[in-house]
Amino acid sequence: MLWVSLGSVAGLLGLALLAIMVAQRAAGGAIIYGGSLALSVVLLAIALWHLVLLGASPLDIVLPLGLPWLGSHFRLDALSAFFLGVINLGGAAASLYGVGYGRHEHDPGRVLPFFPAFLAGMNLVILASDAFTFLVSWEFMSMTSWALVMTHHRRAENIRAGYVYLVMASFGTLCLLLAFGLLAEPHGGYAFDVIRAAHAGFHPGGGRDSALILALALLGAGSKAGLAPLHVWLPLAHPAAPSHVSALMSGVMTKVAVYGFIRIVFDLLDQPNWWSSMVVLALGGATAVLGVLTALVQRDLKRLLAYSTVENIGIIFIGLGLAMAFRANGMVAATALALTAALFHVFNHSLFKSLLFFGAGAIQAATGERDMERLGGLIHPMKLTAFVFLVGAVAISALPPLNGFVSEWLALQAILLGPDLPQWGLKLMVPAIGAVLAFSTALAAACFVTAFGVTFLGRPRSGAAQSAREADRFSLTAMFALAALCLLAGILPGFVIDALAPVTRALVGGRMPVQADVPWLSIVPIQASRSSYNGLLIFLFIAVSAVIGMAAIHRFASRRIRRSAAWDCGFPDPSPITQYSAGSFVQPIRRVYGRLAFRAVERVDMPPPGSLRPAVFSLVLHDIVWETLYTPIAKAVDHVSRVVNRVQFLTIRRYLGLVFAALVLLLLVLAIWQ
Amino acid sequence: MILDLAAQGMQMFLVLALSPLLTGLVRRVKARLLRRRGPPLLQPYRDLLRLMRKDAVLADNASWLFRSTPYLVFAATWVAAALVPTFATGLMFSWTSDLIAVISLLGSARFFLALAGLDVGTSFGGIGSSREVMIATLAEPAMIMIVFTLALIAGSTQLSTIAGFTLSSAVGLRVSLGLALVALVIVAIAENARIPVDNPSTHLELTMVHEAMVLEYSARHLAMVELAAMLKLLLYVSLIACVFVPWGLAPEGSGKMAYLIGTGAYLLKLGIGGTLLAFFETSVAKMRVFRVPEFLGAALMLSLLAMLLRFVSRSL
Repeated sequence: MLWVSLGSVAGLLGLALLAIMVAQRAAGGAIIYGGSLALSVVLLAIALWHLVLLGASPLDIVLPLGLPWLGSHFRLDALSAFFLGVINLGGAAASLYGVGYGRHEHDPGRVLPFFPAFLAGMNLVILASDAFTFLVSWEFMSMTSWALVMTHHRRAENIRAGYVYLVMASFGTLCLLLAFGLLAEPHGGYAFDVIRAAHAGFHPGGGRDSALILALALLGAGSKAGLAPLHVWLPLAHPAAPSHVSALMSGVMTKVAVYGFIRIVFDLLDQPNWWSSMVVLALGGATAVLGVLTALVQRDLKRLLAYSTVENIGIIFIGLGLAMAFRANGMVAATALALTAALFHVFNHSLFKSLLFFGAGAIQAATGERDMERLGGLIHPMKLTAFVFLVGAVAISALPPLNGFVSEWLALQAILLGPDLPQWGLKLMVPAIGAVLAFSTALAAACFVTAFGVTFLGRPRSGAAQSAREADRFSLTAMFALAALCLLAGILPGFVIDALAPVTRALVGGRMPVQADVPWLSIVPIQASRSSYNGLLIFLFIAVSAVIGMAAIHRFASRRIRRSAAWDCGFPDPSPITQYSAGSFVQPIRRVYGRLAFRAVERVDMPPPGSLRPAVFSLVLHDIVWETLYTPIAKAVDHVSRVVNRVQFLTIRRYLGLVFAALVLLLLVLAIWQ
Repeated sequence: MILDLAAQGMQMFLVLALSPLLTGLVRRVKARLLRRRGPPLLQPYRDLLRLMRKDAVLADNASWLFRSTPYLVFAATWVAAALVPTFATGLMFSWTSDLIAVISLLGSARFFLALAGLDVGTSFGGIGSSREVMIATLAEPAMIMIVFTLALIAGSTQLSTIAGFTLSSAVGLRVSLGLALVALVIVAIAENARIPVDNPSTHLELTMVHEAMVLEYSARHLAMVELAAMLKLLLYVSLIACVFVPWGLAPEGSGKMAYLIGTGAYLLKLGIGGTLLAFFETSVAKMRVFRVPEFLGAALMLSLLAMLLRFVSRSL
């Protein structure tokens, strides 16, 4: 089985080579995306087969590649099977979407070779089972995605995005490298099973080392996932790539980073201290709120989606932090619940974020616009796209009966177990995190009302929006498939929870109660008298009562329709610019939270009576993370390099003198050390 | 089984039938307090029937979303209202969703209504939707934290269990329950667009939130939206009654007599709740839109305080 999956990954790499040759042909896109689709489906089938039917007993392979004394270890266990499924589901959808969307690409030679290679890189990270293979695959994944970010490399903003991405990716890999170095210990046991054996159980003495490893893992995986304050590259890079790649990066690659974190913290590392979970919780909470608040004030649809990814990563890390807190106190059932919530959200987010990015891509292909304030009224020309985008928007806003609500609900149920934690710090932290979670959910709903309302509803704000056409069949098929999965995972969550059971059992030694036996397909996280939810019945109740209401009124009262001009209290304005735009829609919210979150300043310059000049409204928003953290770092780096730059212009005598001084210094250090 | 199903059907019918009456009662009491005679109690029913019979007038560019939203909003609110215990706990389908899911169902309804406000592309619809979501970003977290407080006290998010717990003698007076009650009342007022947050009986742009959002609706669509708003008011009154004054609620599996008593008690609670709301509404003034965050912020802080108290001490 593992052989087949490695073969498929090799097939993806082969496709990348093939793409170099066929990229300029007319059928090139269809061949490459079709091939990626087939291989992703194979990998997806393997993942499901392994996770659901085989009970996820681990499979191992060692190949004579890589470092000569180490070889390349690969392993398929429950955790990697789950993430393999998530990745290849997203990969398959993106490939299918790419068949249609790729035709709009001006320069397919810059996308086609890297797309299957990117997929292969992500799959290899999941399958790798030693530090070397893991890091090489991780870097391969970063580099291929970087190449895809730079597809439209002539735009200045994309160059900046690529640069920032490159810097942050190197930083993240460096942290992971150090983390694995500490994990492997001096004798160099880089294979994961050696590390696992060395760190098994709880070492009270190893606390300091494990805290350092945890911090490095958090920095390394967090920078890839988009954890605040390391998220700054994400909203630049994700929108810059072509939309099906944006969907992969946001929906899938961030999940690979989450996988890396889970693998290190829950599998390889010994049990960390309880206070380390507080750090994860705090970072998760900050990421969620910061992400969604920034998403709210965006005009660019794809950037809004990217910031919303930051928010969802925050929610996932809140779940992971809760799981760490419960695990450190030996509460197995609660740990399994929190971990299941996090993993469920991983799955959900990969579905709806891919779907939403596909929708944004369809809009971009139809109108050439990403700026929401130049769109509007797209629900008329793009009925089907509007429908699936709406499904995605409802799902990501965590509203029942779709899937986003279920994982959020599970996380809230886990938070409600918080008072059982013995430590005071956690006792106070957990409810605060609950409040943060509720707050970011409410803001996410506001954010997606804006995104859908301004883009698809109202009247068209530009000619491009007016002349838009429906997306092609392949794109629509991919989007409808994901929308259907959003609904299915929302109304039948018990099956997903049961499929996650092998993962939690392998990682934390426990699982949530079996959901398949609960009558009526409800989900019961702890016990029925405590909490239960039945998405299927809720969905049926809503559907039935809506249909009954409509049928009754149409039958017994009236079904006539008259069309006329909009009423608008008697003052309709024909110009579409008088509509609410993205900026004006969120103005009340910005006014409530903006001063704190962005140091927002709104100025209205009213001309004095009698003056004929127009009134001017100006709005200044600050990116606080960028200004307080990154600008000083960049300045410091600039300053240091300017100082060190002088060393470049010395005479040969001075260089020799420097070399001599360095040598003496090193010898002295060595002498004192001994 | 048959009786269970009948009781559940009765609950669905009861909330639907009673909600216009509650609205009529509030209007009537308000009018009497202002020394007007006021409309008859049954006026809301007549209004709804009249609206349903008229031809619907749609704006030229109204989409399918605009036309289907009233039914969706009505259905989601009706289901949510029917899941809150009114005259009995532990009904056949009461476990399909806990309190968090009920709140989120209302969130779904609001999501679609806010979108419908933007559909035609008029400035009134936009202003209403925009303010509605702003209020929701404050009210929803406050509500979730109230739910947390209740859930931590009762050890459950199921409304039937919470009501049963309040009925048992184990509760006593608790500071956190009191704070949660105040916060819940504030949230209920904001969610139902009552004075001082919004005025349900004006069409003036400076005061209106909910009414502006649904300005483009007419006839049967408007009737559905109005009915949904009435159901929501009933839902919040039943929710407060169920959690804080659950006396008279028929417990699970009791006979017809208990159901009758429960229904009588429920009618009494609705009457008291509606009257209190009318008294409150006539005694305060409408506040500016940007004062609303402070008002709701108070609810947020109170609910947070209630929850923290609960986390810190099991007896407070």
